[in-house]
Amino acid sequence: MIIDTSGPPVLPAKQVADFKPSLLLGEHSLCPGCGEPVALRILLEVLQELDIVQRTIGVVGHGCYGSFVRIMDVDVLQCLHGRAPACATGIKRVRPGVAVFTLQGDGDMANEGLQEVLHAAARGENITCVMLNNGVFGDTGGQQTATTVLGQRTKTSIDGRDPELHGYPIPVADLVASLRGSAYVARGAVSTAAGVLQAKRMLRKAFQTQLDGAGFSLVEILTMCPTGWFVPTAEGPTYQQGTMEQTYGIGELVTR
Amino acid sequence: MSLELLDGGAAMAEAAIAAGCRFFTGYPMSPFTGLLEEMSRRLPAAGGVCLNAESEIEGVNMTLGAAAAGARAATGSCGQGIALMQEAIAEAALNETPFVVFNLARNQQDYFQATRGGGWGDYRTITLAPKDVPEAVEHTQLLFHLADKHRAPVMLYGDPLLAQTRVGVDVQPRDFGPLPAKDWVLDGTGGGTGRSRQIWTWAMGKANDPGPGPDGHWRAIADKFDRIAAEEQRHEESMVDDAETVVVAFGTAAKFVEHVVAGLRAEGHRIGWFRPVTLWPFPGAALRRATTGARNVLVFELNAGQMLDDVRIHAADRDAVRFVGGVSIAESGLSYGPLLDAPAIRERILGGAT
Repeated sequence: MIIDTSGPPVLPAKQVADFKPSLLLGEHSLCPGCGEPVALRILLEVLQELDIVQRTIGVVGHGCYGSFVRIMDVDVLQCLHGRAPACATGIKRVRPGVAVFTLQGDGDMANEGLQEVLHAAARGENITCVMLNNGVFGDTGGQQTATTVLGQRTKTSIDGRDPELHGYPIPVADLVASLRGSAYVARGAVSTAAGVLQAKRMLRKAFQTQLDGAGFSLVEILTMCPTGWFVPTAEGPTYQQGTMEQTYGIGELVTR
Repeated sequence: MSLELLDGGAAMAEAAIAAGCRFFTGYPMSPFTGLLEEMSRRLPAAGGVCLNAESEIEGVNMTLGAAAAGARAATGSCGQGIALMQEAIAEAALNETPFVVFNLARNQQDYFQATRGGGWGDYRTITLAPKDVPEAVEHTQLLFHLADKHRAPVMLYGDPLLAQTRVGVDVQPRDFGPLPAKDWVLDGTGGGTGRSRQIWTWAMGKANDPGPGPDGHWRAIADKFDRIAAEEQRHEESMVDDAETVVVAFGTAAKFVEHVVAGLRAEGHRIGWFRPVTLWPFPGAALRRATTGARNVLVFELNAGQMLDDVRIHAADRDAVRFVGGVSIAESGLSYGPLLDAPAIRERILGGAT
């Protein structure tokens, strides 16, 4: 979206207070420069804008974003590492009128739980899976995940991810997009303001897909992790743009 | 009472549906497969959902999710499949999500797996071991009640004879008494109210309403399992009062042992039998009473000696405890070998008694 700055704004500027979704019960406890709280915020805003706050259940995996369970004013099942799409399936099948989403990291979804998400997508399970992909195990201090990009330094690939030694990163959204049960699949990034707005539109479409009963939806969101990338905080967005966003590409992969 | 001729799988399926089970998952594995097939055929007609899960891990986690959302839910498998499920069974014990696990095993070699579990943390699994299909029907319904009563995953431990024997059974719903309200269930209505619900093993609560955290929560769970251990022990015994020899057995093997012991008693042997109905909690106090005065406490189980540990812990005189069972597997690997036979058991019992 291009914002026209040649004249006064058409819409009144938002008050700062408007920027805090009422579904947030407190401050997050993640590192400065982290992209995950940004993703959480747009996710919660989408729930409010779609007016489904009181018919939504979140299923949260394990990673830094697990701490969001304490600050999200949403019914939540905190589940085992990687298993969120399976748990979400059980919830959705017995409460089809409730919007069910998962919130998982790349370690959770691409490492521990790849088969859970692929099978849920193949079944066309009417849920929305959200993967926050920062290419690193942030919670445990910066080790290599299945989505760590080539050349990226982590504590378990200290000289950079080498395909000869560590293999290649997994493009989760692309894998999911290849399955017939997927009705909406997109990959966004929160490294720029425009990217945040785009990712929010993707989340909105994903939830709308579920509300329409159209099938499985997934949004992969690339999020900054300067701590786990061992780069200065302020360089997180630039680093992400030059590495992960080059590897994975941003955009919609499936719209049905 | 009306009897219906059903094999074990169909009988347990009907019993589960009568108990209100409306969500079931499974992954085919003999001899559990029959129950899965029966559920996939019968549950949709009752308004429920049965999924052939892509893996045991997904199956048990789907069941956990359905239970968290308030459904009476169940899953099942055997052996290696139960091993895969144990991460989630432990998790459900610690986050207090009730469901039933049908562990229809190939033999009795999974006693430790059922009663000790391979999951993480301080947890226990209520485990019932029916001796035959009619009792499995009752246990199936009782287990759904116990799961909701204690907010915990529970297990039925059976075997090929239980799964595949065709018997006339009564599958009418049974009433086991009142249950606490399911006021903890996730229904999606909590969002934005400041009182949204969470199911979380670590129980840390919300920023506006902190929970007890892992220390307080896990101590409360440990206390709960202590209460269950005191309240839920079940056993059967016969002819133990004057017995010099008490034979301890569970499940299908116990049914054979009852028959053999009754014959020996009729021949004048001072012998009785004791059957743990709950494998956890193990009916230890009852076993101590039943074995007081016995010179021989013989353990017959079709494995290398697993329940033997529990009998040694609880028998009045642990030096009287002797193992007379053994590993006995059919050539196919899928059921029991020749030791599950009355003459063979009789020989073992007579050889074990001094």
